[in-house]
Amino acid sequence: MTDTSGDQGIPEPSGASDVIETDYEIGQDNIDGQLGPFGFDIHNPVFLVSGIAIVAFVFYTLALPEQAGEAFSWLFGAVTKGFDWFFLGAANIFVLFCLFLIVTPLGSVRLGGVDAKPDYTYIGWFAMLFAAGMGIGLMFYGVSEPMSHFSSSMGGTAAEGGARTDWAPLGAAAGDEAAAVRLGMAATIFHWGLHPWAIYAIVALALALFSYNKGLPLTIRSAFYPILGDRVWGWWGHAIDTLAVFATLFGLATSLGFGATQANAGLNELFGIPINNTVEVVLISGITAIALISVLRGLDGGVKVLSEINMGLAFLLLLFVLFTGPTVAILTGFGDYLLAYVEYLPALSNPVGREDVNFMQGWTAFYWAWWISWSPFVGMFIARVSRGRSVREFVICVLLIPSLVCVLWMSVFGGVAIQQVVQDGYTAAQDAELPRQLFKMLDQLPLAGITSLIGIVLVIVFFVTSSDSGSLVIDTITAGGKVDAPVPQRVFWCIFEGAVAIVLLLSAGGLSSLQSMVISTGLPFTVVLLLMCWAIYKGLASEPR
Amino acid sequence: MFSKIMVPVDLAHKEKLVKGLQCSADLAKHYGAEVIMVGVTADTPGSVAHTPEEYRTKLDAFAADFGASNSVNASARAVVVNDPAIDLDAILLKAVKETDADLVVMASHVPGIKEYIWPSNGGKIAAHAAASVMVVRD
Repeated sequence: MTDTSGDQGIPEPSGASDVIETDYEIGQDNIDGQLGPFGFDIHNPVFLVSGIAIVAFVFYTLALPEQAGEAFSWLFGAVTKGFDWFFLGAANIFVLFCLFLIVTPLGSVRLGGVDAKPDYTYIGWFAMLFAAGMGIGLMFYGVSEPMSHFSSSMGGTAAEGGARTDWAPLGAAAGDEAAAVRLGMAATIFHWGLHPWAIYAIVALALALFSYNKGLPLTIRSAFYPILGDRVWGWWGHAIDTLAVFATLFGLATSLGFGATQANAGLNELFGIPINNTVEVVLISGITAIALISVLRGLDGGVKVLSEINMGLAFLLLLFVLFTGPTVAILTGFGDYLLAYVEYLPALSNPVGREDVNFMQGWTAFYWAWWISWSPFVGMFIARVSRGRSVREFVICVLLIPSLVCVLWMSVFGGVAIQQVVQDGYTAAQDAELPRQLFKMLDQLPLAGITSLIGIVLVIVFFVTSSDSGSLVIDTITAGGKVDAPVPQRVFWCIFEGAVAIVLLLSAGGLSSLQSMVISTGLPFTVVLLLMCWAIYKGLASEPR
Repeated sequence: MFSKIMVPVDLAHKEKLVKGLQCSADLAKHYGAEVIMVGVTADTPGSVAHTPEEYRTKLDAFAADFGASNSVNASARAVVVNDPAIDLDAILLKAVKETDADLVVMASHVPGIKEYIWPSNGGKIAAHAAASVMVVRD
C-alpha cells in the first residue's frame, strides 16, 4: 500500500463547486489521546482557553457574588445603552442582505455543490430549525411579551428630565385599547420575526457555504478565509472560535435558566410544587440527564426525533388555544397584526434618534444581542442539516417561514391573553410574573390541567433539544470542525452547560448575570457577523450556478 | 468456507489498520474470497476528504491498492451519514447485510473497563451481526 497521507488537505477538483485551496488539514492542530477510559480529540487552544475561561467565570460569580452582581449590572447597562444603535443598525443590515440574496442570481448556488441532494425532508428540517432556534423563548415569551407591550402602551408615556421613563414602544397608545393591541403585537413580532431569523440565516449560510462548497472545516473561523486567508488557522481563528463557544454557552445557559424557571412555575400552578432554587436545580439536573440520553442517540436518533415530536405537540397546543379561544378574533387579528408589523417596522427598527429608550435598549437591543449570541449555535446546527438546499430556498425557508410561524404563535398566545383582558376583564395573566403568564392564560381555557401539562412537557423537551444540539455544536467547534470526535466530549459539554446554568441561577445576580454575559459576548460577535456578510458575498460570487 | 469478507476501514487512522488488513488479505487468499472495504464519512469536510465524492474516490483507490498489492479481488463501499460518531455501529451492521458478507474482519483496541458499559465498535458488531466476525486486536 502506498502512503496517501501526503495528499490530505488538498481538495480533489470536483467541478461541482469552487473549493478553496489550502494546506490546512482538518484536525492538524488537534490533540488526541486517552483520559482514563475515555478517548478525546480536541482543538487545543480553543478547547482549553474557552474551558478555563468559563470555569474561571463561574468561580468568580460564586466566590464574589456581590461584586460580580454589580459588575454584571454595570456591564448590561453599558452595553445596551452605549451600543443600542449598533445592534439595531447591524440587524437591519442582516435583513436587507438576506433579501438581497433571495432576489439576485447568487441565490441559485446550491449548498454542497450543484448536484447535492438534501439530507432531510422539509418537515424534519423545519422541526429542527425551530426547536433549535427559538423553542424555549416562544414558550417563555409567547404570552408575556405581547402582554407587557400591551400594558405599557396602555399606560402611555411618562418622562422625567426630558428622558422617557416608561417601557412602552414608540409613542405608546395611552388609553386606546385597539391601538395598544396593534402596537404591542407589532413590537413583539418585530422581536421574533425577520430580524432574528436573518441573523441565524447569515451565520448558517456562511458555515454551510464554506464547509460544503469550499471544503473548509465546519467552524466559525472558516467563514473568514476570504478576509484573513491562511491566518484563520492561527490566533485570529482561535479567537473567533473561542468567542463563538462563549456566546453559545452563555446563550444556552440563559435559555436553560428561563426554561427551568418556567417549568418550575408550571409545576407550581399544577401540583403546588414550591418555587425555589432546590427545585430548579433538580429540574436542570434531571433535564440534563434526559439530554444526555438524546446526545448518546445522535443527530438522527435523538434531536431529530425529539424536534419532530415537539413540533407536533406545539402545533396541537396552538390549534387547541386557537379553537377554544376567541377563534375569529385571533384569525382576523393574525392578518391585522401582520399589517401592524409592516406599518410599524420602519419606526421600530430605526437605530438612532429614538425617544422610547427603555423599550429600545431594554427589549430590542437585548433581544438582538441574545439572538446574535445564539447565532453560532443555531447557525451551525442549521448548517449541519441544510446541505443540498439552494441559497434562495435556504434563505426563504430560514427567514420567511419561521417568521410567519412566530407571527402566528404570538398572535394566538398573546392574542388570546390580551382578549381575556380586553373582553373578559380577566387580568390574572397580566398580573402574574413572566414565567407564570402562559399557565394563567391556559387556566381560562377548557382542560387547563392537560394543556398546562403539555406546556411543561414542551418547555422540557425544548430544553432537551437545545442542550443536545448545543453540545453537538460546541463539540464541533472545540474539535476544530471535526464531526466525528469521540462522543464523551459531547457528554462533557452537555453536563457543563447544565452546570453553568445551575451555578449562575444560584448566584446573587441569577438570570441577570447570564443576560449580561449574553449581551457582552453578543457585541463583539455582531462585528463578526457583519464581516461574514462580506465573506458570503465573496464566496457566493465565485461559485458555479 | 467464506466467499465475501467485509473489512470496515477508518481512513483517518490507517496506522491502526495494518494488522487487520494483513489478516483479511491472508484469509481472502486462503479461501479465495473477495474483500469489500466499508468506510463511513460525514457530509462535512473531515481530515480525510473535503466532500463525500472525494472520500469515495480515496476509498476506491485505497481498496484498489490493497487488491493489487495482495493480489486479491477488492472493492470499496463508502457510506455517508449525518452523525458518524453515533451511527457507526448501525451503519456497519446494515452494511454486513447489504454486502451479503459472510465474514467481517475488523481492527479494535484492547478492551478495558469502559467497554463494560460502552462496547467498542468491534464488540458491538460481533454481538449483533449475522456473519462471522473476527476482531483483530492491535
